[in-house]
Amino acid sequence: MAHHHVEVADEQYVFRPETKRKLFYLLFAGILLFAIGLGYAISQEGKGGHHEEGHHGALHTEKMVASNEHGAAASEGAQHDEHAAASEGHGHDVHGGGEHHEAPTWRKRLYTTLWQNNVFFIGLGLIGLFFVAIQYAAMAGWSAGVKRIAMAMGTWIPIAGILTLVLWFLTHHDIFHWTHSYLYDPNGGQFDKIINKKAPFFFWPLAGGTFPLFFILRMVLFFGLWYYFFTRIRKNMMAEDLDPSTEYWYKNRVVSTVFLIVFGVSSSIAAWDWVMSIDTHWFSTMFGWYVFASWWVTALAAITWIAASLKSAGYLKVVNSNHLHDLGKFVFAFSIFWTYIWFGQFLLIYYANIPEETVYFIERMRTSPYSWIFYLNIIVNFVLPFLLLMTRDSKRQLSTLKLVCPIVIVGHWFDFFNMVTPGVMQHDGGVGFLEIGTFLIFTAVFLLVVLSSLTKLPLVGKNHPMLQESLGHHI
Amino acid sequence: MNADKNFLVGVFNDEVVLLDGIKKVRTSGLKIHEVFSPFPVHGIDDALGLKRSRLPRAAFLFGLTGTTLALTMQIWMLGYDWPMIIGGKNYASLPPFIPVTFELTVLLSALGMVATFLIVSDMKPYKWPRQFDIRSTDDKHVMAIDLALNSGKSKDEIARILREAGASEVNEKNFE
Repeated sequence: MAHHHVEVADEQYVFRPETKRKLFYLLFAGILLFAIGLGYAISQEGKGGHHEEGHHGALHTEKMVASNEHGAAASEGAQHDEHAAASEGHGHDVHGGGEHHEAPTWRKRLYTTLWQNNVFFIGLGLIGLFFVAIQYAAMAGWSAGVKRIAMAMGTWIPIAGILTLVLWFLTHHDIFHWTHSYLYDPNGGQFDKIINKKAPFFFWPLAGGTFPLFFILRMVLFFGLWYYFFTRIRKNMMAEDLDPSTEYWYKNRVVSTVFLIVFGVSSSIAAWDWVMSIDTHWFSTMFGWYVFASWWVTALAAITWIAASLKSAGYLKVVNSNHLHDLGKFVFAFSIFWTYIWFGQFLLIYYANIPEETVYFIERMRTSPYSWIFYLNIIVNFVLPFLLLMTRDSKRQLSTLKLVCPIVIVGHWFDFFNMVTPGVMQHDGGVGFLEIGTFLIFTAVFLLVVLSSLTKLPLVGKNHPMLQESLGHHI
Repeated sequence: MNADKNFLVGVFNDEVVLLDGIKKVRTSGLKIHEVFSPFPVHGIDDALGLKRSRLPRAAFLFGLTGTTLALTMQIWMLGYDWPMIIGGKNYASLPPFIPVTFELTVLLSALGMVATFLIVSDMKPYKWPRQFDIRSTDDKHVMAIDLALNSGKSKDEIARILREAGASEVNEKNFE
């Protein structure tokens, strides 16, 4: 509409010492909480009083065992009678007998929270890149001013890759039930017919119960591919800053399109591998979508939150309330999308009422440390953003965006908590100092990485072919 | 002179000129009756100083009506009027009611919005809209100035302001 060309001044983000100091305070607070929580968990070990409230009835004990372990978590013999019923169809006739691999509760709890936070933050990094790729593929003009924020979030991808590999080798025996070799031994007492059938998905081309080669190769391949596409897109972005031609934009469009195809497959399989396989017997055909929806809305909230914070700090002159409105609409719309996926998964399982499927929700809805989170999840991730971001004005104001976005981010952290924890921890899970501390540590390090990365490129690509269009964006 | 009868109509060729022209006409003190354009022009609401539509509020209330109606209907039907056990669930169990609730919320919200819009815009069957210049449905933007509401200025003066604001032609239009 505006036919005249608007000069855009160079903008460079400066990572000020005050901001850094604040993040280090956050980091230290996290470490402190983490240490207190871990110390407390260790001191409680063996006292056995960790789930008095867990025994409301047979239902309770039954379902906790059903999802996974044959009583590995149940060192009290009390559970062994009930879970005979629950493990029907799971093909094991001997259970509880071999607690040879019993891990201390504190260690499982530590590993669970590390893994959960890692998976959560993989999403923030990966979706940063996904967001940028979508803008290229859709030839979107409005987002020209905020692309670099999402791109900076992608810097987390290689770090997440290393973390995931290290954490996997460290924690897999405690978190992933399917890694135990006795499950695949037909002559052993704990042979598991169902998991044995899934063995090739993890162990191919090796035999079940050995080294999960296929699983690890996929993990390395996914992070490798994501990092490769991240580097390519970023390189073209940097080249575009020096050369005002549209060539690099077109190159990035092609790279982005290929990445989106790779992303579609890899994000879904990653969700099965890293989250769904914790509850090895259980599966949901919607799970890839579910994890994607949660990752996507969390990262949109993070992009919006960082953009709003930069705007309040006086940066991003090219971003006005119209762009904020679009970002707000993204968070609003995909909160609803997440709810739709959440409900789609829930309703089908609820209505079909097949025991081996419903067990997943019974664990989460009716069990003491997870029940409140199950309901909180819907309130914080659907009701609040739905009502708070419904009006036009709320999406155009920095104050509301800076309120709602952190709510959504924390809300989806709880969402991931309930995806990961119950399958590992059974009755012994919970949100305490350890979990909160780990979340703060991850948040502080993630922000340190992302904000440092943000200083490396100009905040806005001056030669972006749609920057002028973005300046005149009006809704 | 009666209001809403006698108009001067400025015809604009380009929406950028029009937006600029609206500002000029308004700063000159003229009151604009209405502007017609063949396609939506971004920023025209702000330029004309129009208040934001209250249609979203109506939509919310209609949606809320749909939600309430759907839930009441289903709980009454399946919980009280003709209780049925389906799939071993409670008579009135919330999850299977959600899809219907969602659909009725969307339906009432959408239909309610259309109805509200038609009523507010006074668009009823057999009502034929007034044409200030038929070309506003093709490729021209048309600005109507009510002479009775701008009696402080002469016809010639208004025409001059319109031309200076960028109108390619200025015509007189009278309705009886």
